Amino acid sequence: MIDRRTLIRSGAAGLAALGLAPRLAFARAETDKRFVFIIQRGAADGLHTLAPVGDPAFASLRGDFAQDFASAPKLDATFALHPSLATVAELYGQKQALFAHAVASPYRDRSHFDGQNVLESGGASAYQLKDGWLNRMLGVLPSGEAKAIAVSATIPMAMRGRRDVSSYAPSALPQASDDLLSRVSLLYQGDSQLHGLWSEALETRQLTSDLAADNGRNAAATGALTARLLAPADGARIAMIETGGWDTHSGERGRLAAQLKGLDALVGALKSGMGPAWADTMVLVATEFGRTAAVNGTGGTDHGTASAAMLMGGGVRGGRVLADWPGVAPAQLYENRDLRPTTQLDAFIAGAVSSHFGVEPGRTMATLFPVSKDTPALSGLTI
Amino acid sequence: MVTASIALNRFGLGARPDEPVPGDPKRWLLDQFAAYQPRPPALAGLAGTVQIAGQLAAFYDRQARLRQEAGPRGRRATAAVPAETTPPSLPGTAQPPPAPARDALQQSRQIAQQQMRGHYLAAVGARTAAALVTPAPFAERLVHFWANHFAVSADKLELTGLAGAFEAEAIRPHVFGRFANMLNAVERHPAMLVYLDQAQSVGPDSAYGRQVAARGRRTVGLNENLAREILELHTLGVRTGYAQGDVTEFARAMTGWTVAGLRRGLPGRANVAELAPGTFVFAAALHQPGARTVLGRAYPEGGVEQAQAVLDTLAVHPATAAHVATKLARHFAGDTPPPAMIERLRAAFLKSGGDLPTVYRALIDSPEAWAPAPAKFRTPWEWSLAAYRALGLRQVQPQAAVGLLNQLGQATWRPGQPVGYEDTAGSWAGPDALMRRVEAAERFATRAGAALDARTLAPRLFPAALSPATAQAIARAESPGQGLSLLLVAPEFLRR
Repeated sequence: MIDRRTLIRSGAAGLAALGLAPRLAFARAETDKRFVFIIQRGAADGLHTLAPVGDPAFASLRGDFAQDFASAPKLDATFALHPSLATVAELYGQKQALFAHAVASPYRDRSHFDGQNVLESGGASAYQLKDGWLNRMLGVLPSGEAKAIAVSATIPMAMRGRRDVSSYAPSALPQASDDLLSRVSLLYQGDSQLHGLWSEALETRQLTSDLAADNGRNAAATGALTARLLAPADGARIAMIETGGWDTHSGERGRLAAQLKGLDALVGALKSGMGPAWADTMVLVATEFGRTAAVNGTGGTDHGTASAAMLMGGGVRGGRVLADWPGVAPAQLYENRDLRPTTQLDAFIAGAVSSHFGVEPGRTMATLFPVSKDTPALSGLTI
Repeated sequence: MVTASIALNRFGLGARPDEPVPGDPKRWLLDQFAAYQPRPPALAGLAGTVQIAGQLAAFYDRQARLRQEAGPRGRRATAAVPAETTPPSLPGTAQPPPAPARDALQQSRQIAQQQMRGHYLAAVGARTAAALVTPAPFAERLVHFWANHFAVSADKLELTGLAGAFEAEAIRPHVFGRFANMLNAVERHPAMLVYLDQAQSVGPDSAYGRQVAARGRRTVGLNENLAREILELHTLGVRTGYAQGDVTEFARAMTGWTVAGLRRGLPGRANVAELAPGTFVFAAALHQPGARTVLGRAYPEGGVEQAQAVLDTLAVHPATAAHVATKLARHFAGDTPPPAMIERLRAAFLKSGGDLPTVYRALIDSPEAWAPAPAKFRTPWEWSLAAYRALGLRQVQPQAAVGLLNQLGQATWRPGQPVGYEDTAGSWAGPDALMRRVEAAERFATRAGAALDARTLAPRLFPAALSPATAQAIARAESPGQGLSLLLVAPEFLRR
């Protein structure tokens, strides 16, 4: 179970948020709704997760990559789900999984570091906002008591801000210097050379904690752990899980199959761990940007633009793929190379949060993504 | 007083909190010409080449004796034996020596390795200590610069032992002398003669060469390695107009330049028993007879003076002046050195006949070297010294210094190639390298504890040159240790 010594606290209420301080009894939060954000760091390939097999240009675009979808579950006339995502496909069948395709944050360059900062801060450009949208989200929830926890050694950007957030990581992860690492990131913000080097260094570091490790068992353990943190009546209500290993410049078919299997195991373990509370749980899976439409010379894909996002949970109005599909024929690509973004990820996330917690959509959008506040949040994402 | 920060960091080895900020930065640098200690106290206890070579010679003797005692079987298996002397009908002759002999050989080798490793550790420790407490950090920087210019690499047993002695004996005495003096000391030093195979180079028509050829048992001959690197790396520079013919002719002139008593030294029977191991010797028996032509200039037949005359020419050659000027300018004014500054240093070199203090004065007088923007990304060695000095350390455990430099990717005296370590950011400013510095910084800070306050230390290290962003990051650190870590990896600390 949870080792107290590995608990990292940010702010005074961190320990209590986990229900680990029995003498500090907390009032049950007014909301029973749980929200989990699974970030795919490294730019997950949406075209190889949720493949547009019905697009006439797809097979020629992706070559032998398309073989992975030969017997994959077809979701509708256009899309098939990667066969590694068996649990997710099951949820889709039960109308508890909803996918959005050709989505992107406002970020249009191709740096992981900056792209993740935009995805997590909710700004329109990197370092425009100093806190994360998950932290700001705590302010609009029906209950001021709702607590958030990061299932990682450090508080990720999306959760940073003025509201207390705690974090917990399995002890195998390096912990001692993570706070220093994030401060070094800030220190190098204005230095283009060091910023570039440092973001690469951090990306490499993330590869060591990817989902594919240990044949997905790590991922399942993370899902189960998250459920233990969220399921109790006085547990946390917001959680964030960081996953790495999505930067598939080479050998993508094998690597992504393993990554997606890990993600599937994580979601499966989370769902079963939540038990009846799954009905009140919403899981968002998103990445900083997508990958090139075409396969590169090393059996992989390079940094691109639009990708796919997932929403799962007992209350999700699933069994659908939301996509204003731009097509993947050469002339349809963004800058002649990437899947063109047609849906704002911001609007998708705000729509999900708004309907899940019953917060007015305009207010949600203005709080989470103030720069995009004039874009309407997507509606109808939950039952 | 940005210039004070430049003098301390770009010219020096980083500021120490216990030393005053120089009031007149240029004067501070010039005064170091006299303050420089060729043999500083930190190096006092180090073994010299003769002592180290004596241990190596004793090791070779021990190995030979043990092989002898092991009998013919042992000798065959441990020494190189021509294939035709082993009758094919006796398969058992290829057996290894008996176990006790093998163990003894191994043990003797381990002892020698420990000895040489000991010399290496002591010398790295002494070099580091000298750099921490020196009254002349600019001069110490020049020692490191020249040692890297005339690089040896401590990869083999002999060089592991001798690398420190090489710097102490061939580089340090000449840093404020003439370039020619340093060149001569370097090319005569056993470490260099062994490292670049000169010690074993034999003129095919020399007395020894003819003798070996007559026996018809093995071939000995010319080795061009040192001659080529002298032209390419030590003096003229690559692609400066010399041809393969010049290399070969120079190599012929160099034959006979060797060292007594080292296995990779003077070949077998030509050895001179009365000389102490590790002594430079001109072995006339190895020297290729005849006049030589190098770079269009004729050098009459002669002994040691023949190659010496070539070296004398090279030492003051215009291409050498340009080569040295470019490297010095790159070291102080940036990876892409300004042509005007190179020209100034080159002219100073040529006009003074390679008088190094004259060149250094031109360097200090060059406005390009005082540009306020950081000119260089600190190498791991420079960063480590700057960190030690910033922390106020006056000595470090040699093993710790060696370990740190290995971790950071710049093992002392082990560039692995005669060109030495690169002096441009591309070699050192990498993602993993940066991560390692951050990790090392945190270890430093952990050890320093709360004793140092980075908020007051930072402006002392970078007088009038500390960026607001760094000052703010330090001020907002959650602990003194974290503040110190951030200072040690701040942009201004990573560069100079």
